[in-house]
Amino acid sequence: MTPELMAEGARRREALALKQAAQSATESGGRAAAFGRIAKLGVPDFAHGVALYLNDITVSFDGFKALNALTLTVNVGELRCIIGPNGAGKTTMMDCITGKTRPDSGSAHFGSTIDLLRLTEAEIAQVGIGRKFQKPTVYEELSVFENLELALAGDRRVRAALFSRLSGAQLDRIGEVLATIHLMPEAQRLAGLLSHGQKQWLEIGMLLMQDPKLLLLDEPVAGMTDEETERTAELFLRLEGQHSLVVVEHDMKFVDQLTEGRKKVTVLHEGSVLAEGLLRDVQNNDKVVEVYLGR
Amino acid sequence: MSSLTLAPHAKRGLLLGPRGWAVVAAALALITLVVPGLNLLLPAGHPLHLSDFYVGLTGKILCYAICALAMDLIWGYTGILSLGHGLFFALGGYGMGMYLMRQIGRDGNYKSDLPDFMVFLNWKSLPWTWSVSDSFIAQVLLVLLVPGLLALVFGWFAFRSRIKGVYFSIITQAMTFAAMLLFFRNETGFGGNNGFTDFKRILGHPLATENMRVLLFVITGCTLLGFYLMSRAIVNSKYGRVLQAIRDAETRVMFTGYNPLAYKLSIWVLSAMMCAVAGALYVPQVGIINPGEMSPAASIEIAIWAAVGGRATLIGPIIGAFFVNGAKSWFTMAFPEFWLYFLGALFIAVTLYLPDGIVGLFRRRKEGRS
Repeated sequence: MTPELMAEGARRREALALKQAAQSATESGGRAAAFGRIAKLGVPDFAHGVALYLNDITVSFDGFKALNALTLTVNVGELRCIIGPNGAGKTTMMDCITGKTRPDSGSAHFGSTIDLLRLTEAEIAQVGIGRKFQKPTVYEELSVFENLELALAGDRRVRAALFSRLSGAQLDRIGEVLATIHLMPEAQRLAGLLSHGQKQWLEIGMLLMQDPKLLLLDEPVAGMTDEETERTAELFLRLEGQHSLVVVEHDMKFVDQLTEGRKKVTVLHEGSVLAEGLLRDVQNNDKVVEVYLGR
Repeated sequence: MSSLTLAPHAKRGLLLGPRGWAVVAAALALITLVVPGLNLLLPAGHPLHLSDFYVGLTGKILCYAICALAMDLIWGYTGILSLGHGLFFALGGYGMGMYLMRQIGRDGNYKSDLPDFMVFLNWKSLPWTWSVSDSFIAQVLLVLLVPGLLALVFGWFAFRSRIKGVYFSIITQAMTFAAMLLFFRNETGFGGNNGFTDFKRILGHPLATENMRVLLFVITGCTLLGFYLMSRAIVNSKYGRVLQAIRDAETRVMFTGYNPLAYKLSIWVLSAMMCAVAGALYVPQVGIINPGEMSPAASIEIAIWAAVGGRATLIGPIIGAFFVNGAKSWFTMAFPEFWLYFLGALFIAVTLYLPDGIVGLFRRRKEGRS
């Protein structure tokens, strides 16, 4: 190999590196993003800026297509509201993401490396996806404190649970979340005795304890008072950025509050995306109006 | 600041309060000192003398109480109703029974090295299942391992397939019924419908003596106390709270990242092994084990003791075992023909008026619980 050739090679490499650096500076997920890094087991790779990627997912129950070639992307740190009439497939979509339902076809990825369709419900929760159910689901016979304690991020194996002791930092964390969800005075009460709205808050608190990277919230403000709804919106807006959030909601006022007039909402209809865009745009979209009002 | 205000919440790790320990100490004294003293030291005519019959009866009920405690862990705390726990109890009993049969030696009716029923069936040598039956240690290990392994395999398939609720109860019932049919057959090699009886001695000492009866009573009582403390430690741990969470909202547990399979399987196997130990302690005291212990009704009774005493309280099922069996022995002596009516009335009353069992009656209502 001649010195000229070696110099030429070095020059080209440098140029390529410069080009890649320039690219990744301007857009998230340039070519350099995933270059030369090793995918770690169970750790989602968000270098491409995408938190959740659903591609062409179809689910049918006895011939009825609950999801029909649904494709949806949620970016890292994004707060995405999903609206749609009853039976549009919103809950089925969440079931697919969290492993409760296996789609007939399509793919679902968390970050760029984790294939959600190959994991169990518990594993999906462990890689960092938290889910709040439509009907608040808390452990009714345990105290509020214990509900949060069980959700605390950590080793989920039997032996760890047998000998677990709370550290000061973990207590602080529980205290922090108790304060966030305004349940500090109720810490010792049985969760089954809370009001409906308080149970919703507790379940949200349990999600926070898990410290998930993606939160799926199915009708989080159903049954809440106006004041509680207001507070919930504030909380979600505070979480935006550090976490990715997917909120399914019917309450348009709440959606309006969350999107702050600048964020994308997705309208689902008959198992696929009908429209995507700003809330006021989709509200004026003819197709959407037709679906919602039946005109 | 928050950790200070929350500090008391984290203190639940304590096994028992001072009162609890006092009760445990009193129970220990009762089992190891009072009962043996009243039975062995006082002459038979003394008003405080405790007859051999009552020592035997109480010893038997202590075995039942262990079963009820085991049932509480799996049903009361984890919400999995097993209607097949009698099988584990019986298997433990058979494990101990095999050893006791071999201890008879040549003192049986046929003066043979083999157990009488094998001579009767014209068998010439011990079947392979009896290969370690001469060793006490080996049989005690089998008492734990066989039911444990059966529970592990059965539980693994059932829980992995997410069989829950009444479906699980039904297949456990089918399991014990199938085992009963198997053990009824002479070819199975465990004495057919007669089972094992006529035991003579254990570890070289004669069984039918006062001292042995009291010793077995003390061992059973201490085992129950030990199991109680172990269960208390389990339900007070985070593991125990995960079990209760599985009972209340299993999907939430999964979506929080716990795999319920490992939790259910571990408590299921532990519960089965506790029942097996109870069976092994039961057989030398009552002197017989036969497939009747595997009948579906026997398993259902265990669940009844737990329900009558109060589920998810640990002490409740122990009280329930004593209450139901005490009532049973009194009724069957005083009004033999009315026992079943009484039993029926008891269940209706408990279901209708005492959803929390006997313990629910006395327990001070928890703060905030209406």
